[in-house]
Amino acid sequence: MATAKKKLVQWEPTDVKKELLKKYPAKVARKRAKQILINEALENTTPEITANVRTIPGIITMRGCTYAGCKGVIMGPTRDIVNLVHGPIGCSFYAWLTRRNQTDAGVDGENYIPYCFSTDMQDSDIIFGGEKKLAAAIQEIYDIFHPKAITIFATCPVGLIGDDIHTVARNMKAQLGDCNVFAFSCEGYKGVSQSAGHHIANNQVFTHMVGENNDEKAGEYKINLLGEYNIGGDGFEIDRILRKCGITTISTFSGNSTYDQFASAHKADLSCVMCHRSINYVADMMETKFGIPWIKVNFIGAKSTIKSLRKIAEYFGDQKLIDRVEAVIAEEMPAVDAVCSDVLTRTAGKTAMLFVGGSRAHHYQDLFAEMGMKTISAGYEFAHRDDYEGRRVIPTLKVDADSRNIEELEIEADPERFKPRKTEAELKALEEKGFKFKEYDGIMPDMDPGALVIDDCNQYEAEKLVELMKPDIFCAGIKEKFSIQKLGVPMKQLHSYDSGGPYAGFKGAVNFYKEIDRLVNSKVWSYMKAPWQESPELSATYVWE
Amino acid sequence: MRKVAIYGKGGIGKSTTTQNTVAGLVEMGKKVMVVGCDPKADSTRLLLGGLAQKSVLDTLREEGEDVELDDLRKLGYGGTWCVESGGPEPGVGCAGRGIITSINMLEQLGAYAPSEGLDYAFYDVLGDVVCGGFAMPIRDGKAEEIYIVCSGEMMAMYAANNICKGIMKFAQSGNVRLGGLICNSRAVDNEREMIEELAKKIGTQMISFVPRDNDVQRAEINRKTVIEWNPEVKQADAYRSLAKAIDENQMFVIPKPLAIEELEQLLLDYGLMEA
Repeated sequence: MATAKKKLVQWEPTDVKKELLKKYPAKVARKRAKQILINEALENTTPEITANVRTIPGIITMRGCTYAGCKGVIMGPTRDIVNLVHGPIGCSFYAWLTRRNQTDAGVDGENYIPYCFSTDMQDSDIIFGGEKKLAAAIQEIYDIFHPKAITIFATCPVGLIGDDIHTVARNMKAQLGDCNVFAFSCEGYKGVSQSAGHHIANNQVFTHMVGENNDEKAGEYKINLLGEYNIGGDGFEIDRILRKCGITTISTFSGNSTYDQFASAHKADLSCVMCHRSINYVADMMETKFGIPWIKVNFIGAKSTIKSLRKIAEYFGDQKLIDRVEAVIAEEMPAVDAVCSDVLTRTAGKTAMLFVGGSRAHHYQDLFAEMGMKTISAGYEFAHRDDYEGRRVIPTLKVDADSRNIEELEIEADPERFKPRKTEAELKALEEKGFKFKEYDGIMPDMDPGALVIDDCNQYEAEKLVELMKPDIFCAGIKEKFSIQKLGVPMKQLHSYDSGGPYAGFKGAVNFYKEIDRLVNSKVWSYMKAPWQESPELSATYVWE
Repeated sequence: MRKVAIYGKGGIGKSTTTQNTVAGLVEMGKKVMVVGCDPKADSTRLLLGGLAQKSVLDTLREEGEDVELDDLRKLGYGGTWCVESGGPEPGVGCAGRGIITSINMLEQLGAYAPSEGLDYAFYDVLGDVVCGGFAMPIRDGKAEEIYIVCSGEMMAMYAANNICKGIMKFAQSGNVRLGGLICNSRAVDNEREMIEELAKKIGTQMISFVPRDNDVQRAEINRKTVIEWNPEVKQADAYRSLAKAIDENQMFVIPKPLAIEELEQLLLDYGLMEA
């Protein structure tokens, strides 16, 4: 009869790695070997991983494309900007809220997220060029909706036929007068993954929106929350906590964001970076141009949330804020602890694998740790070496031709608006207390020795890992969802959260504990095999015996 | 039906040579269709007596998909069917994709059907095969024999050699073959010998030598082929003999393109012979 899964013999990480590579041709195995590391604590350093390189043709990668990174990730969650996809309708359909970015239409009611805007390019647009159709589409959007901004996204064919989308945007902006129109050259084939799209989006958002509104913003302790996309309402929960602490969020890049948030981002006094990979460019540029320092935060996990709140309070250094943050923590934590200690009895000792994002594979390990669960293997789809090994490796990063293909903006301090938020002495005092600016140590120092760190994991390796190591839960995206479940292992999407969330902040942590408890302790997976497959020998007797 | 494509360097005289040769074939009683594959849509001017034709792509754009064969072709000199693929303005869109679309459309509408009774379909293609679209006539057996127009000038020979590389690629996977080089003379030194030698090295023949003659220019001003304009002039005979050579041609090869050094040497050997 159905019984709990039998654990196989414990595999040594070196053997697992060998087993993963065994199937590959020699050259592929050599390349993949550099992207599969066994984590070890070296003296003050981490082993070097190869990341942000091309996926080898033939491998079914978990990655997405540049257009997905630009349109889908960075610009998708923003609500009062019309995102117009210039391309065939197929590309456009997949831009249509396929991620679960939630939004609040606000008092103005301006919310274009449920819509899908496309130029619907046809054969004749490819042949004769799509610029006129693009201009007509922009005009049509303007006439119907009068949005504050219209952004244009290039799909692959647009790059191939060379439509000059930037000139069209410039002309339409001048013609319309009260609508900011700009474009992203984010053709899917650029770069090695969606990461290129993030960079392109950062550049254009910074160039065309940040700093457009110079009105003073009311509120105390003004921050930007960068790299938080409000999947399943994460952003709402973080906003709730920040508001409760008395912290003012000037802008969120880009969950539930508005045009005015981007335009006013330079009015904040601190940038808090959640997803380092997708948004660190804009954090750096805002520091250089306007003097806003940035810190790495993480609101995934109750303990991480506490840490991040204290860090923000410490930066502002105001006793009023510090006290309020502590009061909020004290108020929120009992509910979290209650659920955690209950769940812990059933989840402690279980194992997880995470292959997702450029930060999520790191952040979610905190939540699993709170549940006493061990991450035995993790990796990113599209991250760079600094997300694995920490920002200190940035000066040694090899800039290959694929990265050079993406524009690197030269930013200078704004002659009028640059304003250091802290004096040199204040900064020094903070740093002496151990406060770290612009610091991200990456995923590897936080992982156990012997854990497998795998960059750009693929379908084959994922299945092999599950087969060998039998994790209690596997976390990735929709492409992996069903193949993993067919192997009899529960699968949680950490891109779009299946139908759950929020998982950020205090209430989110509670949701996550309950969800994972439900998944890893479900009996359903033990019924994957029919009884006769488990024990094929049937014993029976004739009635007359 | 024989399916012929004419390639060659830009400005070498492909369209002029094609139309004059077609006129020669028409005189021999052949039924011909000329398909211009140049976005400029000027491949049938001499047969139609001017740029008098709406291109396939323009028609498609205006009529939608609901078009008939007679919307796309027009009768020209001696009952020749004339088609212009057309394409976008310079610098926009994708002309190659346009050629693919228009040739597919012609096929779907039955322009090549046996009931049309064609003896020849001629494709007059843009000078440089810059992308997949311009290779369309030599892909998938759309054209089965290729003639390359060239002259004794280095760049023309270089282009001819380059086109041979394309033919070689497609010949290996299909049945396209090189029928020969047409030397459209620019009156450079030892031109005939040089092209004959180039042809030999590539593994083909110089099928005809078309001398330089101002009557071609005069006929063009009158929007006519030489044969139509003045059947008596010497140049008309030159085109008649080219038409005859193509009609009787039996030599169809997979070309062996030269290395650039070989090509340079050929030019040195022949170009400097007199000096």
